Order: sequence, then C-alpha cells, then structure tokens
Amino acid sequence: MNLNKRTWIRTMCAAAAVAAVSGTAFAQGAPLKIGLLATLEGPFAAGGADGMRGAEMALNQRGGVVAGRKIELIKASSNAQPDVAVNAARKLVEQDKVEILVGPLSGGEGIAVKDYSKTQPQVTFINGSSGAQATTLVNTSPNFFRFNTDGAQWMVGLGKAAIDKGFKRTMIIAEDYAFPYSQVQGFMAEYCRMGGKVPLKAWVPLGAKDYSSVIARIPKDVDSLLVILGGADAVNFLTQYENAGGDLPMMGGSITVSQDVLNYKGKRRDSLVGTISAGPVADNFDGADWRAFVADYRKTYPVSAGGFPSPSLFAFAYYTNMKAALDGLAAVNGDLSGGQARYRETLSKMVLKTPTGDVRLDANRQAMGTTFVTEVVKDAQGNLSTKVLRKVDNVDQTLGLKKEDFQMGTRDTPACP
Amino acid sequence: MANPATTSLWRHIGARHLIVLAFVLLLPFVATPFITYQVAAQSLVFGLIALSLSFLAGYGGMVSLAQMSVAGMAGYAVSVLGASGTDSSLGWHWGIVVPLALLIAVLASTLIGWLSVRTDGIYTIMITLAIGVAFYYLVLQNYTVFNGFQGFQKVYPPKVFGINWRDPLPFYFLALSCAMAGYFFIQWLVRTPFGIALQGTRDNARRMNSLGYNVIATRVLAYAVSGLLAGVGGVLLVWYNGLISPGSVGTGWLINVLVIAVLGGMKHPIGAFLGAAVFILLQTFAIDLIDRERFNLLIGGVFLAIVLFSPDGLLGLWAGLRARFSPKQALTSTPQRRQP
Repeated sequence: MNLNKRTWIRTMCAAAAVAAVSGTAFAQGAPLKIGLLATLEGPFAAGGADGMRGAEMALNQRGGVVAGRKIELIKASSNAQPDVAVNAARKLVEQDKVEILVGPLSGGEGIAVKDYSKTQPQVTFINGSSGAQATTLVNTSPNFFRFNTDGAQWMVGLGKAAIDKGFKRTMIIAEDYAFPYSQVQGFMAEYCRMGGKVPLKAWVPLGAKDYSSVIARIPKDVDSLLVILGGADAVNFLTQYENAGGDLPMMGGSITVSQDVLNYKGKRRDSLVGTISAGPVADNFDGADWRAFVADYRKTYPVSAGGFPSPSLFAFAYYTNMKAALDGLAAVNGDLSGGQARYRETLSKMVLKTPTGDVRLDANRQAMGTTFVTEVVKDAQGNLSTKVLRKVDNVDQTLGLKKEDFQMGTRDTPACP
Repeated sequence: MANPATTSLWRHIGARHLIVLAFVLLLPFVATPFITYQVAAQSLVFGLIALSLSFLAGYGGMVSLAQMSVAGMAGYAVSVLGASGTDSSLGWHWGIVVPLALLIAVLASTLIGWLSVRTDGIYTIMITLAIGVAFYYLVLQNYTVFNGFQGFQKVYPPKVFGINWRDPLPFYFLALSCAMAGYFFIQWLVRTPFGIALQGTRDNARRMNSLGYNVIATRVLAYAVSGLLAGVGGVLLVWYNGLISPGSVGTGWLINVLVIAVLGGMKHPIGAFLGAAVFILLQTFAIDLIDRERFNLLIGGVFLAIVLFSPDGLLGLWAGLRARFSPKQALTSTPQRRQP
C-alpha cells in the first residue's frame, strides 16, 4: 500500500515534469523533424557512424534550434544496399513524417533514394555523402539536392599529380558500383589526356574479403596502382597485398585514404606514407574554417569517445549537407509552407560556407566546390593524415568539359589501355 | 450442409480464424499507409517465401537455404524479361513475364531438389547454401544479363484495371490474396495422399520405400511446390522494392528466410507469416527502441530469446500457453508420429 502510494506520487511528478517540458517545447512551436540516414551496418559502418557525427555537429553549432524551432533528428540505418536504403528512407518519410531528409552515404543508395524522392514531392531530400555522378546528372529529381561534390569531381588533379610523379602505366582496382565508376572517370579523364595508360581495371564486388585473384592479375609492366576501395575492403586489400609481398607505389581513391582507413592497425600502414590521392578534404589543410571545424570535431568526439583523430570525408560531407539544410531553414525563417517552395528556392541559390570554401549549386542542384590533391604523411604521434599538394577550386560536375564532350563514367568508359 | 465434406470444412473454422481474417481485412483501413505497405505487405511477401521453406522443412524434413535464391530467380526473371529502368530488359508484357518467371522458379527449384534430395540434414543445408551463394555471385558478376552490382531499378507492377498496384492498399491486398492462397494451398496439400506420403518420408524414408512409395520423386515434387511459392514471393518482392540487386539474394537474406521460418515455427503454415511479421517489425522499429548504433543487438537478442525459450518458435509458445489453459487440445496439425 505504502509502496503503491509512493509509486503514484512519483508517476504524478514525472507526468508533471513531462507536461512542463512539452509545454516549453510547444511554446517554441512543434519541433521540426529532420531524418538522418547513414550506413551503421555493412562495409561502411565506421564511415556511417562518422557521417552521423558530422551531421550532429552542424546541428550542435546552432544549439539544436533554427529560427526559434527546435530540430529533432531521427536517425535510420542502412547497409550500403539500395533496397535497404529506400526502406529506411521510406520509414523516415512515411512513418516518422520528417520534412527534410539528409542521406544516404553510398553511391548506389544515392541513386535509389533519388528515385524514391520523386514519389515524395512534399519532402526535401539532401544528400549525405553519396558521390555517384548519375544521382544528379541523369533523370534528376526536383527535390533532391547535393551540397557535396561527386566522385569524379573529387579526383580532379590526381591524374596530373600521377604524371608528375612519373607514373606512366597504372592498374586500377576498384569496387564494382556507381561511385567508383565516377572516381575512375574523374582520374582517367585527366590521366589519359596527359599520356598515362591504364592497361587493366579490376572491378571487385563491394564487401569482398579475398583479393588474392586480383593481386595475382597485377601486370608486371605497371608502375603504380590506383586503389579505390572503401572502409573494410581497403583494409582487407592492403593487408593481403602486403602479405603477398607487393611493393608497387599506390594512389588512393577519395575514400581509400580517409581517416577510417588510415587508422587501421597493420604493418602496411607505414608503407601508405607518400600515397597520393584526391578528395574533398585534406586533414592538414591550412584554412582557418577547416582548422576550426577540425578543432570542434576533436573537442566533441575525442578519440577516447570513438571519434577519429581527424574528421573523415563522411563527417565532412554530412556536416556540409546538414549545414546547408539548416542554413536554408534559417534563411527562410523556418517557413516550409507552400510545398517547401521558398525553402528549395533558397537552397538552389545559396552560397554555402563550408570548412573548405564556398559551395554553389548548378542547375541540377549539384555542388561545385573545392578538391584537394593530397599526400599521406605521418605525424609525431604516429597518426597518418593527408597533406595538401594542390588545391583546385570551383570544380564543376562536367570537370570543366562541355556537356556534349562529357561522358559519364561506367565500367568501360573511359578507356586508354 | 448436406455435403459431408463441406460440413467438415465448416467445423474446422473456429473463432480464431474469423478474428485473424477480420484483422487482415480491416488492417489497411485503420493503419497508416506506411504500416500497410512496409510492415504488413512486406511481412506477407517474406511470409510466403518463408512458407516455401517451412513446407519443405516442416513437412518434408528438408532444410533448404536456397529458397531466397529461387525467389530471386523469379524476381530477376521479371526484371530481365519485363520492363525496368535498364536498357537490357526485354520489356515483354506482364501476362507472359509472370507465368514465365514462376515457371523458371519451379524448374530451378526442381533442379535444386533433384540435386539435393539424395543428401540429408546438414549436407542438404550445405549443398543448397552453395547453390544460393553461386547464384549470388553469378548475378553480381554477370553484366550482360543480370547487370551486376547495380541490378535492375524501376521494376514496377503493371497497371491493371486502372489500378496502380504499387500503391499501399492495392499492393497489400495483392500480397494478402497470394499469401492466403499459398496458406490454404499448403493446408490442403498436406492432407492429400501426396502430403501424407511426404510426411511419411520425413518420419521414416526407408519404411515408405519398402511400402512402395518413390521417396525421391515425392521429395523432388515437394521442391517443385516450394519453388512455386517462393517464385510468387519473389515476383511480389521485386514489385515491392521496385528494384532487385545482388544484395537481395545475398547470404544474409538466405539466412534471414531460415530465421523467419524458425522464429515462427515450422509445424504449421501460419508460423511462416508470424515469424515474418515479428522479423519485419523488429527490422523496422528496433532502431526506435534502443541506441541507434546498437539496434542489431536487440534484434539478435529477441531471436535468441524466442528460440531459447521455445524451440518450436512462436507457434511453440502459443501451443505452450494453450496446453497450460486447456490441456486436452493439441495445436499441431501434422499427424503425430506414433510408435507401433
């Protein structure tokens, strides 16, 4: 009896507290729901977790409130498979009723979610970090925005850097889906034009564990490898290549030399020092905004709490896209009425301040921004990071080519054996 | 009700059948379109695929891991022969494509059965797993027919009678009618001489053989039947997702179908649908219940708890409860094995 009474009092107190809290929330207007979709499972699980950190950072910098409205983040997970990503997006949109969705992470997912966005015109979709060209190049969706540059844009400058290093013949080892096609196209467009040759491209399935057959196929007459593998795949390949006694100099794709790969433990790790690569981020870039971004990341997510020594590409891309979503909201004063027309208009015309410089959108709602050519270096504490060799600004989606001359990357194009 | 067969049929319908029927018919009118489509319809589709396995395993004693591959073959057949967002699709009329897809599923399943019926237990699992993984790598690495990793996008059900069958309500009823047809078909089939013979081969193959039954033929026929169920499920699944890619027939899903069947229980066809409902509910909502990065732990924990406390899955739990409150009834519909 006594116990029941106490429970009853507690319940009442709790109810009063809940009422008080929800009362204040109501005073600010109902919270605005933003869906956040990243891969917390599968080959990009580590990258997905870092993407979520980046998006949370953008929200924390505004104290979780935009234009007087509280922002509620609702997260969902996929595993880099398009059908899983669409199911997760559908849950966010149709069940949780989010008004803006930020995500997904991976190339194939991006295309599938873009197709889904066409059936949900009332929601604004903003990309996470997916970088397949096709997402914003063909069959575009009027309510899908991408404030990060795509996989081909990320590789601008690497072809020239390879020629400068004296790499004449390169074998490419890349995962077999839309995003690496874009990366390879971005590299080869420049490399082949400057006289480089690519005698062999090995396309491996995403999530492959065994690379021995690929390693056995590396021709004797190539002088370098371009490895475009992400997350766990890159670590597996590097370990097996090391065990097989491989010693060719390597170049890396944008997600191969990201922080989630550079910090794996293994002997081959040291031989990564000197690897050149290109991408939208460079750990040791000297811009003031970038340094502030890195400092904020390190403070919020120290290594002891599971963060990386420096924010990964995924954290950066999710941060950028989430920041765009929130900046846009602030610009329209939280007004999403009229089918979000004003909000979308603002997003399309916005000049977004990102840690690596200003980003604008083109007519397809695709970002034009900065790419870094980088080299892996080792710091005093033994951490690997990337140093800037060259900074290329205002890279557009057709890589400076005319629309007619531009060919989207596939397995077979471009070719220069 | 003069006809004795009809009378006996009516006698079998109890209150719980009517409650379930009312529930599945009324659900889409009270639930949100999201629940109708993503939870209920998806459960029915996966229930149908799991039913093909629980028929094989529960009544035939053959655990095949290739059921998802058979479903995937039907799904790929629909995508390759019918219309999709990829140029290599042939774009034939659905009236030809769907029967062809089912035929392919039945043929493939028969072949798989013919290969694997000579084995028992763990060896059946291994050989069907090998076939499933081989199919996965085939669709993953073949670009001329199966379009590799990308698979096929924009594979939508046809517009028939002016209805868009991909809308939540029509698709739900499409899935429901297929699922109910499959359910009653299996209910009927296990009471036919073939069904009884199949259960006989499960319980004692050697004795059935000496009684003059062709054990191999019975088992292969069971595979063919399961291929039809899985094929229907596969066609519905590709329409549900609107796309198919190798990930849909990967090892994860081969195992998931087994998980669904075991979760629900294999002693009765309804188990497959119960298991699918629990599985899909967990997959969809576990992320809301627990820390976002740990939700797979909850899913695994629930599966483990169900299997640990009730080796017969959810059906076993139900049977246990019934046994406690009305000890004189038996739930299982399968004839109990009697010692001579």
